Amino acid sequence: MTGVNDDVPGGRELLRVEGVTKSFPGVRALDGVDLSLRTGEVHVLLGENGAGKSTLIKMLSGAHRPDGGRILVDGRPGPKPGGQPTPRTSGQSDPKTGGQPDPKPNTRPGIQDGAYEREGRGEREGGAEGGGESAALREVQIRSAQDAERLGIATIYQEFNLVPGLTVAENIFLGRQPRTALGLVDKKTMYARAAELLARVRLDVSPRTPVGELGIARLQMVEIAKALSLEARVLIMDEPTAVLTSEEVETLFTIVRELRDAGVGIIFITHHLEEIGALGDRVTVLRDGRSVAEVPASTDEDELIRLMVGRDITEQYPRRRPDEPDEPEEPGAPLLRVRGLTRNGAVAGVPVFADIDFEVRAGEVVGLAGLVGAGRTEVARAVFGVDRYDAGTVEIDGAQLARGDVRAAMRAGLGLVPEDRKGQGLVLDASLQDNLTLARLDRDTRGGLVDRSAQRRSAAAVAEQLKVRMSGLAQPARTLSGGNQQKLVIGKWLLADTRLLILDEPTRGIDVGAKVEIYQLINELTASGRAVLMISSDLPEVLGMSDRVLVMSQGRLAGELSADEATQDAVMELALQPPGGNPTSSDSNTSSDTHTSTDTNTNTSNDANESAMEGSDVR
Amino acid sequence: MSAEVKTGAAAEAVGRAPDGDGPGQWFSRAVLRNGPLGGLIALVVVMAVLSRDFLNGQNLLNVGVQASVTAILAFGVTFVIVSAGIDLSVGSVAGLSAIVVAWAATDQGLPVWTAVLLGLAVGAAAGLVSGALVAYGKLPAFIATLAMLSVGRGLALVISGGSPVPFPASVSRLGDTLGGWLPVPVLVMIAMGLIAALILARTYAGRAMFAIGGNEEAARLSGIHVKRRKLVIYALSGVFAAVAGIVLAARLTSAQPQAATGYELDAIAAVVIGGASLSGGSGKASGTLIGALILAVLRNGLNLLSVSAFWQQVATGLVIALAVLLDTLRRRSVR
Repeated sequence: MTGVNDDVPGGRELLRVEGVTKSFPGVRALDGVDLSLRTGEVHVLLGENGAGKSTLIKMLSGAHRPDGGRILVDGRPGPKPGGQPTPRTSGQSDPKTGGQPDPKPNTRPGIQDGAYEREGRGEREGGAEGGGESAALREVQIRSAQDAERLGIATIYQEFNLVPGLTVAENIFLGRQPRTALGLVDKKTMYARAAELLARVRLDVSPRTPVGELGIARLQMVEIAKALSLEARVLIMDEPTAVLTSEEVETLFTIVRELRDAGVGIIFITHHLEEIGALGDRVTVLRDGRSVAEVPASTDEDELIRLMVGRDITEQYPRRRPDEPDEPEEPGAPLLRVRGLTRNGAVAGVPVFADIDFEVRAGEVVGLAGLVGAGRTEVARAVFGVDRYDAGTVEIDGAQLARGDVRAAMRAGLGLVPEDRKGQGLVLDASLQDNLTLARLDRDTRGGLVDRSAQRRSAAAVAEQLKVRMSGLAQPARTLSGGNQQKLVIGKWLLADTRLLILDEPTRGIDVGAKVEIYQLINELTASGRAVLMISSDLPEVLGMSDRVLVMSQGRLAGELSADEATQDAVMELALQPPGGNPTSSDSNTSSDTHTSTDTNTNTSNDANESAMEGSDVR
Repeated sequence: MSAEVKTGAAAEAVGRAPDGDGPGQWFSRAVLRNGPLGGLIALVVVMAVLSRDFLNGQNLLNVGVQASVTAILAFGVTFVIVSAGIDLSVGSVAGLSAIVVAWAATDQGLPVWTAVLLGLAVGAAAGLVSGALVAYGKLPAFIATLAMLSVGRGLALVISGGSPVPFPASVSRLGDTLGGWLPVPVLVMIAMGLIAALILARTYAGRAMFAIGGNEEAARLSGIHVKRRKLVIYALSGVFAAVAGIVLAARLTSAQPQAATGYELDAIAAVVIGGASLSGGSGKASGTLIGALILAVLRNGLNLLSVSAFWQQVATGLVIALAVLLDTLRRRSVR
């Protein structure tokens, strides 16, 4: 553990986790985790997938219970007026905290109620080592989500807990609707209060809007409003920026800062290192179920990566370009040739994409960059035969592919790793073996019977090759971490002898270590003469990995850049270019969005919210 | 290295409840761990204790005969449920197929084997229609097969004119015994069970069912023709229903237009008791067989105990609820 308490930001200690351990049968998920959260602090929880972050936050939100160690929560009312009920602690905890010596050296015995007022003021000055040890901390048992709620701990998971058919207000107050004297739901009060909360999160929608009509960014804001309605003192956010565009991220940060300034303690999980400096105060790094360091958020990124993975990542984008030494053979005939590909949209004159021309040659990595909603994913799906297109041709080795026929595309050597790994890439409850061999099921079938042992052999070989971290091939895909799940999807196509792999956001939501493994895999693929078409909203990734970059803007190919020409500025300039040099009103809107993205970070925009054509959802 | 990965190992250690250990929990954990088979054994033990007549060979064969029609129907329904669909039409299709066999052989004088093939073809055709409505018509499976339930029963009544049709004698041997003691329906049940197990575990069709039921979009993006597969799945269910209908008619030596009414619910119950999830992606032929046997043992045992038919219905309902409840608990403790 790195020394902690000097100059810690924020106020008094709100929450402390001490030496918490948690084992699942056969595995130690948490092996001694310490964490301390203060009021008015954004505390970043950093770690590779599988380091134990999820287990830890599930413990704080009542989904898991620790095997060992303690969780202590400040016993005072929440920061907001309006009153937070005193947290219910388990019966044993009060006397225990009072009487039992704390394992830490500088412990003062717990002082009960009388300490409250004094603590609140004398906080900062006592900020030296051990001084933050708040007398008001009490050990608690969080057995359920209700316990967590009572303690003022709210969690926003990556998968939202919202009911699509209910309105925004009904979702915010789900199960806690204000009642009239007759016991009926007091709609007037509910909608009025919801409107206030929505204003606080700057969400410009009616509280009567059904949640199902909202885009992903707005859903996130609804979740935050819900957490606000709980008057949470501790807000846990699990990768909230993973699905947001740059502007949405800025809005989110503004709201998070406001909450912080209002005294809420925020535990913030992110894989985007640049967000740490922008938002965080302190960082706790988890590795292999242990908290290995607590450092200030100003720590530089290389150091954070080193702490996270336990080693230096020298080359983040290890693309080996076949350029200088061994370029005797002129790049061969194109493997994939797309000509004039067009798909009409619902509105006449606004195609989903139009006149898309490009080629991909063997051994190449071609990046496909562009803003959210530029049509990149749609083009990829059309090429792979998932969706139909209205005009144009797709050729593999000069032979034209049938439209809308995935099987034909696969037979010709195409493979698609979709952006929605869980929803489209994997059969989550099926075994690793079944997932890995899914795309070659027909090839493993002889006379109607599937050769299961051949499947097992090939799955084992590819799992080994990709270094999938697993307990066995019979393990369900659901139980793997994101990076390992992505390896499964890629492995599926390796087993199907794919010659051109289309990767749609291949590293989204994947930790740094697994990212590098996937980049290396891309290198291996191209070294063996296969080709990769990579869609990515992560500009450094596109620039770092691509031999050529195609840039799409509003359904059209805005340009192509060689690896040398491709800079962030050049790509963004093309991405913002209005189609046919004929700017419409919506363009200026879009461009203002994306200048922020060049400045701050490029990681965050994404395609998931396809409806985000017009730019940002959140105001 | 990674906790999420290793929790997978946890998931494989079936039914190991992480929470405390008490004497009272031993039993519930034992039941949870062994699932449907444990339930069947427990039920057999209880019946054997309560009734002296239960555990004799003849009675057990009776249980097998009583389970056979439900089990054969349920094997077919297993395919559908594994692929995240539902088939409500199997009872009607069974009745229709039996009527067609009887009508073709008795009324039309066709050779018996032709009549039987015709009956199986009618089952397959009914399934294809349901499958087409689901796959290409995009109807919910519940609605498409509910429609087929009605149409199938109606056609059976139309063809038979509403009265029973004598079943050809040679086919009726399917309802007899071999060597005077081994009931042929049990053999047919076992054969169909083996076929179902083979299809599910080892064939392209079966593996595709699991993929479609687990994640239809992922299956499609992996090159499985989901729509064509659905046709096959519902057609298989129809063929199994036809076999069940023929066995039932053979036992009764006549095809009744109202035969197997309501059997679809028993079949679905057997599949679900056997551990398949209605949300798709899981299910086994062995589980379905156990489910059908549980229902048959229960009915047989309650008959031996002279429990009134009315209370039997209540007991059956409770067992279905209990079985699925236990299974849900088991899964949850594994997750």
